[in-house]
Amino acid sequence: MQSRAHEFKQRSQAALLDPELKRAMGKAKGGFQQKRRIAIDALPEFEALRHAAREIKEHTLHHLDYYLERYEQAVHATGGQVHWASTTEEAREIILKICRDAGARRVTKGKSMVGEEMAINEALEQSGFEPVETDLGEYIIQLANEPPSHIIAPAVHKTKNQITDLFHAHHQKYGLTDRVTEVAAIVNEARTVLREKFLSADVGITGANFLIAETGSSIIVTNEGNGDLTNTLPRVHIVTAGIEKVIPTLEDVSTILRLLARSATGQEMSVYTTFSTGPKRSGDLDGPGEYHVVLLDNGRSQMLGNEFHEMLRCIRCGACMNHCPVYQSVGGHAYGWVYPGPMGSVLTPLMVGLDKSFDLPNACTLNGRCKEVCPMSIPLPDMLRKLRERGHEQRLSPPRVRVGLRLWAYFAKRPKLYRLATRMGMAVLGRLGRRRGRFRRLPFAGGWTDARDLPAPHGVTFQAALKARGVRK
Amino acid sequence: MSGARERVLAGIRAALNRNGPLAESVTAALDARLEKPRANVKPAVKDDAVERFVAKMEAVHGAVVRVPAMDKISEAVEAHLELHGLSPELVVAPDPELENVPWSNRFVIERRAASGDDRVSVTGAFAGIAETGTLVLLSGPESPTTLNFLPDDHIVVLRVDRIVVHMEDAWARLRKERGNMPRTVNLITGPSKTADVEQTIQEGAHGPRRLRVILVG
Repeated sequence: MQSRAHEFKQRSQAALLDPELKRAMGKAKGGFQQKRRIAIDALPEFEALRHAAREIKEHTLHHLDYYLERYEQAVHATGGQVHWASTTEEAREIILKICRDAGARRVTKGKSMVGEEMAINEALEQSGFEPVETDLGEYIIQLANEPPSHIIAPAVHKTKNQITDLFHAHHQKYGLTDRVTEVAAIVNEARTVLREKFLSADVGITGANFLIAETGSSIIVTNEGNGDLTNTLPRVHIVTAGIEKVIPTLEDVSTILRLLARSATGQEMSVYTTFSTGPKRSGDLDGPGEYHVVLLDNGRSQMLGNEFHEMLRCIRCGACMNHCPVYQSVGGHAYGWVYPGPMGSVLTPLMVGLDKSFDLPNACTLNGRCKEVCPMSIPLPDMLRKLRERGHEQRLSPPRVRVGLRLWAYFAKRPKLYRLATRMGMAVLGRLGRRRGRFRRLPFAGGWTDARDLPAPHGVTFQAALKARGVRK
Repeated sequence: MSGARERVLAGIRAALNRNGPLAESVTAALDARLEKPRANVKPAVKDDAVERFVAKMEAVHGAVVRVPAMDKISEAVEAHLELHGLSPELVVAPDPELENVPWSNRFVIERRAASGDDRVSVTGAFAGIAETGTLVLLSGPESPTTLNFLPDDHIVVLRVDRIVVHMEDAWARLRKERGNMPRTVNLITGPSKTADVEQTIQEGAHGPRRLRVILVG
């Protein structure tokens, strides 16, 4: 997918002025947070599981070459094929070739973020195939010709009215001319339209939540059942997965599954957790005749060796964005690429380039909620801070910020001068603002005062107050 | 892409500060970890396993009915059809256990994989997991996967002695009784649902609208 992360400022400003987006995001936020809270409060072992899950992932990542090779052997043993891709271009070529060799026309798809990374829908369309997204959220945004705005709720930015309009515009050709306005009717209409697509698809493409080295299985975790119709009905099943998805054993994945659904939707288990292992066996009455796995690197192996390697523990639950005030305000599209929210603000710079996405790590209040709720204990705020540092070193920050920081550093390194300057600054501001108690406008502080007043300081500086209370350093 | 595999693996090894594959002593330990999988943290389950399974399944809107023996399945299926006003056409999995059941002659029964027009399927189950109220279904000639997803109503026959406490117990049984993974293992926890329209939960997305478990024993 083409990145537009460099347009974050414009896109987030536009998002803040979009009343439909505000309405849609307002409906989602509280639900996600509350459901997760309830599910985790009901599981006393949550912290122990979190610790164990982290160990499993770290162990696997430290031996990633070994586990990928073992995984590959296990897939081969069941008659499946493994294809490796360093880049998204390579991955697209592999998938197109499989579809061509299969003489395919229609390709159904389960939700896959790696599929978004490689922009597989566009590639399939350009090569004459008909890709059909089958997850309801993905289907909605495919009709709207938009990318997902959330990694587990891709159409979270859409209101019911907008979905009604989309269905009305796109379903007339199937003879469905009534406007469906109730949730049940909307879901039912999608079920009817997509059922026909499922039954006539030649190839099904799914992502993978996990790959199991022990058995050669790929796992998808879903609620709708669309992923299962995608990987069971067509002649060919293609799995797309990042190389970091491999986990040693079924026992290991059991541990992480206990965290995944709870963190994502507050469910103890999603409705369907499905393990696919090779093509259909002799005697099987259904299932695909071919099973392919496309393993995508796309910058992941590089992350493995640097200070961001912990990001590879991410299981794509979406808890970080569900608890991020920035994401909740601007929505996922503002981030401009596949992954939004805190995890996206780390991944996009690493996969697309920091120079093309430097606003993302800066669009963070560092409130730490993402780290608190992350089931894999990924230190997201620390990483965002490191990316800011990197950007500063690479001179990506705007000149005004650089001068300001240099000025601040000059004072900060000289405590006496710092105290004197803050005391003076406060006294001046306090005197100037004495009458109103606040400032409507201040030179160099438009970023603050455009949206709110600055309270005029009164009393003494924080450090002076602290000293007066006799608190030790 | 023939070179990609080597490029990716070389990239990983370089990132991990290694020149080639791992030393044999290390791989031996990793082999052992794969060959003798060990459970990590298993949440405590204090209640009776069967009761827990039923409570958890019902909490996610799976309907459960318990019958004393296999010869009562037919009545339980009939009750389900009546409750929802469904016609007595069933696609039953070609499972020997379900073949020996005395079915009421009011049913029209076919034994095959599912097609798009089927309304009601009846399948067996390999296990039930009490911890989360989850069914474990294995694909095979006696249990086609499409039966679990295409019909509107999926009726699952589960013997109480197939209920285990944790997911790890199901894996242990699978290794012992089957040896290796079938093409598909379905863990099913309730009927199909979606929350993609304004986070409103709606059942019957793409899979079964209703899930009925007949517990036997």
